[in-house]
Amino acid sequence: MIVVIDYNIGNVRSVCKAFSHIGCDVKLSRDAGDIDTASALVLPGVAAFGYAIEALGDAAELVKDAAGRAKPLLGICVGYQLLFAKSSEYGQYAGLGLVEGEVIPIPPGRVIPHMGWNKVKASAGMDLFAGMDENKHFYFAHSYYAKVADAQAKVAYTDYGFDLPAAVQKQNIYGTQFHPEKSGPAGLQVLKNFARIAGEKSD
Amino acid sequence: MLTRRIIPCLDVKDNRVVKGVNFLNLRDAGDPVELGKRYSDTGADELVFLDITATIRSRKTIVEMVEKVAENVFIPFTVGGGIQTVEHFDVLLRSGAEKVSVNTAAVENPHLLSEAAERFGSQCVVLAIDARRSSKDACRWQVCVKAGTEPTDIDVVEWAGKGEKLGAGEILLTSMDADGTRAGYDNELNRAVRRGRKAGASLRGHC
Repeated sequence: MIVVIDYNIGNVRSVCKAFSHIGCDVKLSRDAGDIDTASALVLPGVAAFGYAIEALGDAAELVKDAAGRAKPLLGICVGYQLLFAKSSEYGQYAGLGLVEGEVIPIPPGRVIPHMGWNKVKASAGMDLFAGMDENKHFYFAHSYYAKVADAQAKVAYTDYGFDLPAAVQKQNIYGTQFHPEKSGPAGLQVLKNFARIAGEKSD
Repeated sequence: MLTRRIIPCLDVKDNRVVKGVNFLNLRDAGDPVELGKRYSDTGADELVFLDITATIRSRKTIVEMVEKVAENVFIPFTVGGGIQTVEHFDVLLRSGAEKVSVNTAAVENPHLLSEAAERFGSQCVVLAIDARRSSKDACRWQVCVKAGTEPTDIDVVEWAGKGEKLGAGEILLTSMDADGTRAGYDNELNRAVRRGRKAGASLRGHC
């Protein structure tokens, strides 16, 4: 069973519905027992970074421990940004530090937030994009982005006047800046790929 | 770079989608969940649902509608109508909406935009503006509130810029003059609002 971490934050329902829609067994929970027995964890998120890390509270350590024990973890949007060490959105905040890098504002000189459908170019061997055509469109909605500084991480990029990291993969840690649960068929395929990584069945 | 988006915008009254001309003469256009799913299946990039009755009683129905839409539609959607507090944002985002739009409440209390942006991120915060060409000055547009029924003295272009500074990530601009006339976008208005702004003006109306 895939456990979506319930931390009182926007859009958790959409992520659960998308996993159910592709035929996955999914549960919304922040219970230590559920996190321990889950085949994989998902950290969703529509919120500002500081609010999100505070709302995550004691579940942060549980998620970090599980990720340290090689349980697949998928962070989405702010959940993805939480994977990094720190953020400067509305203040200075520490993240989970699972992937090296920091969350900083998208540089000025373009429309902010970066909101809408943009093409993603994955690096070779990124499991979330397995079996997909290159240059699929995904839905983005964010004002900050993660500057990845982790030599062990594979990174997918989108063009927003600069190479904006759109997804990462570091061992069992996965994250997407875009919303797969809101990106139509291509997004659902990303979630199916994550289900496969977790050893879960899907349609 | 970003792809241009096609965003059907559905006005909802008593749990039904309605269509009108210049905000008047509303007629029934179908079930919001079914229509949302049909638009999504046929390639829409996003959807907008606006509860144009926006009474306390209708808020409960709108939450139920949002939950049903979220079960069937896997593209982003915005919900608006009668939103007055960050708690209203919270309920709708938790029910599955991606963004929430505010109109009258933001005019009455502009800090609602910054409060919501600080808590949920500005990408969730949409400022809806109903614009009508001023009868006194044809080069200006005035902001109308309460579903277009009350004109104000606020200038649309200034209000869009201010709303963006306060935290709105998107402007949902409706031309009351072009609404429902099938005469195409009010590009004069759109260009005026777009000029000198940073936010991605999401333009709605007409046709």
